[in-house]
Amino acid sequence: MRFIDEYRERDTARGYVEAIGALVTRPWSIMEVCGGQTHSIVRFGLDELLPPQITLLHGPGCPVCVTPVETIDTALVIASRPEVIFCSFGDMLRVPGSSSDLFTVKSKGGDIRVVYSPMDALVLAERHPHREVVFFAVGFETTAPANAMVAFEARRRGLHNISLLVSHVIVPPAMEAILAAPGSRVNGFLAAGHVCTIMGMDEYRPLAEKYRVPIVVTGFEPLDILQGVAMCVRQLEDGRAEVENQYERSVRAAGNIPAQRMLREVFEVVPRTWRGIGRIPASGLGLRVAYADYDAERKFRTERHEENVATDCKSGLVLQGLLKPPDCPAFGLRCTPEMPLGATMVSSEGACAAYYRYRRLSTEPCAPSILR
Amino acid sequence: MCLGIPGEVKSIVEGDLRMGKIAFGGILKEICLAYVPEARVGDFVVVHAGFAISCIDPDGAARVFSYLEELGAVREDEP
Repeated sequence: MRFIDEYRERDTARGYVEAIGALVTRPWSIMEVCGGQTHSIVRFGLDELLPPQITLLHGPGCPVCVTPVETIDTALVIASRPEVIFCSFGDMLRVPGSSSDLFTVKSKGGDIRVVYSPMDALVLAERHPHREVVFFAVGFETTAPANAMVAFEARRRGLHNISLLVSHVIVPPAMEAILAAPGSRVNGFLAAGHVCTIMGMDEYRPLAEKYRVPIVVTGFEPLDILQGVAMCVRQLEDGRAEVENQYERSVRAAGNIPAQRMLREVFEVVPRTWRGIGRIPASGLGLRVAYADYDAERKFRTERHEENVATDCKSGLVLQGLLKPPDCPAFGLRCTPEMPLGATMVSSEGACAAYYRYRRLSTEPCAPSILR
Repeated sequence: MCLGIPGEVKSIVEGDLRMGKIAFGGILKEICLAYVPEARVGDFVVVHAGFAISCIDPDGAARVFSYLEELGAVREDEP
């Protein structure tokens, strides 16, 4: 397909690998914060092509993976109600709550529908006026304008049988949390190309300046990622810390203005708990008061229980780039995509699931870290 | 989750909500164009969750190849 195939071309990839090898003089750790990039890196083996001085760290780039347990529990309660049609993107269904998941609720008779677009939920609400349609609104800034349109259109069309269970997160505060953490190993970032397609590049400049890290807005195909790494390494070797744009074919410096206008119309910035990381101030989006009638938590009067569920899952460390999935003692043994301990093993964009799918046969058996 | 697929705008219906048909290879899908008011038939757009989020800039699309040449030129200039 056009604008995909040409970015997977072998000779140019080889050229980039050589060019990066010629640029690098010291070890550098570069983190991507986008599950799509993580998936591409592991799928195409880009990390294994790069010179040994360069380490790619996989950050909290998968919204499914960072959706907190208590939000999943709220979804389970709402989805179990007989009058509800619960609509969700497919990868949320196997994410474990504290005792169950949406897939199990569906198998017990819950009316849970997997949708491709949030607009599908709107169509369902129009088609079933006597049912309550609830849309599970998760995602980063990329998905938020699509989800915001549901609330906006529902109000415009006078629909009252639809609501949103909102668990939106935004990327820059999570990047700052990682940079500010003691012992942060991140020298540079590949920022998420589609998040920046919506939001533009301006909000990354203060981060680059404050923490002296280059941030390269990067696309998702193999050549995009290799070029992003090359731009980042070039900055690191030159001692620069700037925001640059690799993904010029989609990202404009100011972002997508109509989409940002819709975000401001429907959502406001709120604190949010990130699964595996904890509470981060001003790191999420919630519905504005004007859209409170479309808030599923309010409509169904669910209470959030902040629980600390004891688990063997080390996804918090994986999400912060502190642990590679195969180094987790549960990886591929007690934790698989069919029986996941944590969300990073569920979504195809979770780092654990990507390593499980593409690397489980090639990675060395895990020796306890103390022996290494 | 933030997956975006490039597709070609085949037709546009203006209205309260700007919609259009987008071709992904051989597959046609109905997509919301509210966030790309500048998109015209024949343009390529990046589509995420049923919404076009940007028009693909053909000049920007070639950058990945010219940047590699630029890197090669820098290396040849070095002593």
